[in-house]
Amino acid sequence: MRPPLPLLLQALRAPGAMARFSEREWDLLLRQALAANLAPTLGLLAEEHGVLAALPARVVRRFAWARTVWERHLLAVDFELGQLRRALGETGLPLILLKGTAYAAAGLPASAGRLFSDIDLLVPKDCLPEVESLLLLHGWAGTHHDEYDQRYYREWMHELPPMQHMRRASVVDVHHAILPETAAMRPDPARLRAAARPIPGRDGFYTLAPCDMVLHSAVHLFSEGEYHHGLRDLFDLHRLLVDFGADPGFWAALPARARELELARPLSYALRYCTRLLGTPVPAAVLEAAAGGAPNPALLALMDALFLRALQPPHPSCADAFDSAARAVLYIRGNWLRMPPLLLSRHLFHKAFLSPKAEPAQ
Amino acid sequence: MLTVAGLGPAALAARLRGPGLRLQTGPFVTCVHSPLAGLAGTLGAMYADYPVLAEGSVADFHVRLSRSTGLRRFVRPQVHFHYDGMAPFQPLPLDQAFPMFEWAMNWCVSSQANSWLLIHAAVVEKGGVAAILPAPPGSGKSTLCAALVNRGWRLLSDELTMVRLGDGNIDPLPRPVSLKNASIGIIRDYAPAAAFTRPVADTVKGTVAHMRASSDSVARAAEAAAPAWIVFPQWQAGAAATLVPVPQARAHMRVAENAFNYSLLGEAGFDAVARLVETARTFDFRYSVLDDAIAVFEQLLAQRA
Repeated sequence: MRPPLPLLLQALRAPGAMARFSEREWDLLLRQALAANLAPTLGLLAEEHGVLAALPARVVRRFAWARTVWERHLLAVDFELGQLRRALGETGLPLILLKGTAYAAAGLPASAGRLFSDIDLLVPKDCLPEVESLLLLHGWAGTHHDEYDQRYYREWMHELPPMQHMRRASVVDVHHAILPETAAMRPDPARLRAAARPIPGRDGFYTLAPCDMVLHSAVHLFSEGEYHHGLRDLFDLHRLLVDFGADPGFWAALPARARELELARPLSYALRYCTRLLGTPVPAAVLEAAAGGAPNPALLALMDALFLRALQPPHPSCADAFDSAARAVLYIRGNWLRMPPLLLSRHLFHKAFLSPKAEPAQ
Repeated sequence: MLTVAGLGPAALAARLRGPGLRLQTGPFVTCVHSPLAGLAGTLGAMYADYPVLAEGSVADFHVRLSRSTGLRRFVRPQVHFHYDGMAPFQPLPLDQAFPMFEWAMNWCVSSQANSWLLIHAAVVEKGGVAAILPAPPGSGKSTLCAALVNRGWRLLSDELTMVRLGDGNIDPLPRPVSLKNASIGIIRDYAPAAAFTRPVADTVKGTVAHMRASSDSVARAAEAAAPAWIVFPQWQAGAAATLVPVPQARAHMRVAENAFNYSLLGEAGFDAVARLVETARTFDFRYSVLDDAIAVFEQLLAQRA
């Protein structure tokens, strides 16, 4: 629908092609990468594909700046995981890490250059009180003290209110499921936990099984309301698929696992938009099997119109006239998927008129 | 080499309105967009000697300063700063466009340029060696810096001391010196030949004016300097100019506190500060009279020779 693919998508699809971009193209590509939070990733890709030395000096220097931030981030994550283990080790629970935290802890290719703000943890629902009080004892305090927010999280959501460390300001999100209690899709967290795998070299920590990591990433991306990180999250999926896809058993298991967890729809979106925008190599049989989870053709055409916009780099150079409309519709959809309509209207009413106003940003 | 002055006012305004002005300051290229005629005028005066790069070359930063839209165009108009589409700061009254531009330029570097240890400090050079003046606002750092650069010292930077991680030398980033409140009159009297912007009242820092960096400092922007002294200045009414040595360990902590990216750089940041406090002598410095202060700096230089 847009004649030339944005430079950032070209670079992510074929990192070796970065050697051929002109100065003028680099000026724009850097801006797209920075806006999409993909600058450290792009620099690491250039290095991995042996083209870093061929790039303009100013670009190489900018990648080095971004890499410094990422390396410091990894150190901080490492430290926080150590603290988390000290706090929760006595529970004997497997500490299952989710999303960016899991990729970084397991050293997956999807973690290269990826920054994230919270540590995401999955524990059984009946262990929440114990985990929460241990985190409190070790300096993480709840952040949402308003009674309504407490109810929102504790009754309706799939996680505790985010807990922030009082001295280091690190945030831990403790989940008991991967989707809200009030959402229509309810993949059984017990199945996810049962398939979790220990992370070699990180005693006590686990990731979800490969298929489940992909499905969680997909359900997260395609039921979101906010797509500022859309392309980065799509690239997560791309890298997970390329990485896990090296094992033939993975492709055979993925569509079946999606059906089992009632996540066939998000998987169909993930494979559709990964292949379209990033050229992810997905076996034809898997694409066909996953397409069974797609919505009817009319709805799919609408979703294409929305997602093919929202998953572009969030930079003015990649936006057409319908871009902000698409993002607005997806925002409403994201909330819609989170809660049934009546509860949602009540929630939005409360947030708009009854909740105390947030402190102005500093 | 094309400079801002070489462009001329009409072409300067056209670039700012159109494709952007690719302005080189020290090791950085900033692509500046702005339709504000007032900003173009001040920028043309304050940055006359700075190199301008061709359209289509890679810029480190893309900034835009623009006027409010809608009703705000007419009622108390404001200036908005956008970093390539993002708005990291609240808008300010339109009158403060140039101070906002200067703060934004500092922010671009201090938040991103991680190939240097970035210290919130003025830095001046003479005879190939540099004096770093870190200090909290209100200590008279900029006043002292402005006085020194009008008495034979070269301006490396008024706000950002950039220590190379490789060899510990300081790369210059000469840009206009920011003066506040009473300092404006003091430096105008002290250096009648220097060029200043019109003072802007009621900013968050009080009244602000900028003094143009000398042509010599701009021409020598690629000439690095070795750090020789770290001087924490404190202006105090009636005080005699006195230097008090600061022990190395304490100096390390105080430099680290004044650095933007010490923690971010991790081990490299620790090593850079350790090397800095080992090569440079650190002092607390009280003064009240600018001429006395400058005499102290000349003595420091003479002691090295």
